[in-house]
Amino acid sequence: MGNLLQNLLSAEDLAKNFDESKPSYNAQEALDEANRCLYCYDAPCIKACPTGIDIPGFIKKIASGNLKGSAKNIMEANPIGASCARVCPTEELCEGACVLNNSTKPIMIGDLQRFATDWSIKNEQVLFNAGEKNGKSVAIVGSGPAGLSAARELARLGYQVTIFERKEEAGGLDTHGIVPFRLPKDISLWEVEQVEQLGVEIRTNTEIGKDMIADELIDNYNTVILAAGMSTVPMLGIEGEDLGGIYDAIELVEKTKNKNYPKEFAGKHVVVIGAGNTAIDGATTSVRLGADNVQILYRRTETEMTAYEFEYEFAKQDGVEFRWLTAPKRLISDHGGHLKQIECVRMELKEMGNGERPRPVEVKGSEFLIDVHILVKAIGQTRHMHIIEAFDLEHNGGVVKVDPETYVTSNPKVYAAGDVIFGKGIGEAMVVSAAQQGKETAYAIHQQLKDSCTESA
Amino acid sequence: MADISINFAGITSPNPYWLASAPPTNTGYQVQRAFEAGWGGAVWKTLGEPVLNVTSRFGAHHFNGQRVAGFNNIELISDRPIEDNLKEIYETKKRFPDRAIIASLMVEPKREKWHEIVKRVQNVGVDGFELNLGCPHGMSERGMGAAVGQHPDLVEKTTLYAKEAAEVPVITKLTPNITDITATAKAAERGGADAISMINTINSLIGVDLDTWNTIPNVNGMGAHGGYCGPAVKPIALNMVGECARQPDINIPISGIGGVSTWQDAVEFILMGAGGVQICTAAMHHGFSIIDDLNEGLNNYLDDKGISSLNEIIGVSVKKYTDWSNLDLNHKIVARINNDICINCNKCHIACEDTSHQCIDILTDEKGNDYLQVREDDCVGCNLCSIVCPVDGAIDMVELIPTEPPLSWNKRQSALQTLNSKN
Repeated sequence: MGNLLQNLLSAEDLAKNFDESKPSYNAQEALDEANRCLYCYDAPCIKACPTGIDIPGFIKKIASGNLKGSAKNIMEANPIGASCARVCPTEELCEGACVLNNSTKPIMIGDLQRFATDWSIKNEQVLFNAGEKNGKSVAIVGSGPAGLSAARELARLGYQVTIFERKEEAGGLDTHGIVPFRLPKDISLWEVEQVEQLGVEIRTNTEIGKDMIADELIDNYNTVILAAGMSTVPMLGIEGEDLGGIYDAIELVEKTKNKNYPKEFAGKHVVVIGAGNTAIDGATTSVRLGADNVQILYRRTETEMTAYEFEYEFAKQDGVEFRWLTAPKRLISDHGGHLKQIECVRMELKEMGNGERPRPVEVKGSEFLIDVHILVKAIGQTRHMHIIEAFDLEHNGGVVKVDPETYVTSNPKVYAAGDVIFGKGIGEAMVVSAAQQGKETAYAIHQQLKDSCTESA
Repeated sequence: MADISINFAGITSPNPYWLASAPPTNTGYQVQRAFEAGWGGAVWKTLGEPVLNVTSRFGAHHFNGQRVAGFNNIELISDRPIEDNLKEIYETKKRFPDRAIIASLMVEPKREKWHEIVKRVQNVGVDGFELNLGCPHGMSERGMGAAVGQHPDLVEKTTLYAKEAAEVPVITKLTPNITDITATAKAAERGGADAISMINTINSLIGVDLDTWNTIPNVNGMGAHGGYCGPAVKPIALNMVGECARQPDINIPISGIGGVSTWQDAVEFILMGAGGVQICTAAMHHGFSIIDDLNEGLNNYLDDKGISSLNEIIGVSVKKYTDWSNLDLNHKIVARINNDICINCNKCHIACEDTSHQCIDILTDEKGNDYLQVREDDCVGCNLCSIVCPVDGAIDMVELIPTEPPLSWNKRQSALQTLNSKN
């Protein structure tokens, strides 16, 4: 596609670029694939799923035409199973464990999971009911994967659950932070609705430390779960970061989730800094916004990049270029205060010799310039430090410390799950892991509170 | 290239594959298309008194995404004027003189009726007759088809009537809807049949629609039993052929029918005593072009075995088919799992654990990997694990060196008797 054409992208075309990129199975494809499943005993795919979905069970139910039962199997184990069908790195989890890898080709479990949950969405099925009220209440900070999962399970156990959500819409990362062409917002909002149907109250536009103070939650609820996730992308810490044309990848994705498509990408050169999944999102979003050339700059190499293999492939197929061992040094302005060039420097990996991973160091005198109109930052995310501090929780650089069994924090009334406990070499950043932590937190709280439930009910 | 031609009770054809009397042989157009494709013969759709048919007519049993595991029909014999059929038979034979054309016939079990139709059809030139004494639906309610075929005396009489007028070989087609097919097979032979063919279709109801609660298929909301055929009936048909073939007092050729879909199926029927096979459902599922692989596969099989003529293998497995009481009680096989091929689906384990003899263990090696192992002392050699195993070669059923000489139930009983009489 040439520059001119991209400049002429209509609003309609642009919106189409952000439609879900992968078509869903039709009924015959789903049936054929479901019939290929061997229905293993003690199946390795179940063990590879962080939420332990009974995968052969839900696939068998697709084959038999029991789609409601299939969707229920999935959502029972994973309250955000429709989102996970789209965003899980399945080749590293269930599909990677499929025994058919050793004979033919693995079952496309993600696609089947999507088929069953889509059926449930289309047919407006009610899959779960709230438990009988037990008189106890739980406040949850954050309505992302961990918060929603905890809320769903607690509501089924009879707790009165209130979620406090900073944003206008609930769903956290799934609603705001994953590119719409992989995970449309409606899917995440359906999952939110499923939780609300169980009587969970979600107070949106409510930020802790601004609209509510932490102590109110601690005083007014039996237990609090902190599932606030992570925040924006940090500063690069180089000259020129305040120039026009500089985007935070997370914010950029959020814009497109809300069908707000920045116009200035069309026909332009875009550089993305970072090489995680968010960097890939920033790059593929730029391509869909009509950018003429998109490059990802990473100071390490392909081997060290943290993006999933399928994300990397996806970006390459989108025509994204990768420049390894390259770091930005200075952002250079045009006359109008807008980004014009990046001064980069080549890096090399130096063995530290003490068991640490090799560190990138500048190659002296290797500076060079790249002409660029837009820069997208994707070098990780900052933490909601003020919330962690408002609850006065012990943490390690913003990673909340919890008991790995019970998810209880340094405050016995406060539990934490999801991205707030991930980092510094601990835990898993996957959406599906956050969902599982939310479930486990709910069970740990129930274990703690259940004995006193009946008396006060 | 092996010789795959047959001479079946005096009827020759260039290969052993005939289209069975059924919808595929309804017209000259169809049979000529089949012959152009390479079929060796055709048994024409049954001729008799004109009938009326209904819609709908067919149903199929699909299984786990596999279409047409079984097939059923409630179509009757030919509903076309007999003159049209005879004209087309004449034209077809003239165009394809080397192929076998057999006329299937069905009339009431009366001597003059049989004489009349045999003579009338014989005049246009057919290579043989097949007496349809097996159609299980519709015609049987009018005292024909299976209504005749289920009575050995009527089978004998009808065969006799046809033989009295026939100058070409007569094949009596038998119904499986009977307790012991060898009884009607013997009756056909007593009536002078030159050969028998089996099986006709099995009484069946394909299904019931879960929304309308109508039968499948249905005719204006009502259903009637049909005749079942297709791959699912092959084991039933193969047994019936084998049972007849091993009877010392049945000594006429057998045309094998029932679920033959591949050249392998055909070879099995022939090994078990069939002098040729008839096919319908596979052609209805895929068209006449399947004959290419049927012929070529058979040829390659014989070449690979170094066999020059198909005739050499007719019935060679019959002597290996016997009564249970003659089986060796001391024979022992056990399952052995090849862990380098096994993909660890654990299907063998759970099948054995839940439904057989609990002798397949899931163990863990020193690296922490699971593997499956059979406790051979407890294995009864039932084959279940190797049946459910989805990977070829992962489970072998291995013959153990016998510790006792062969001993059948019959031999054991007679030995005990001898022992008792001595005491």
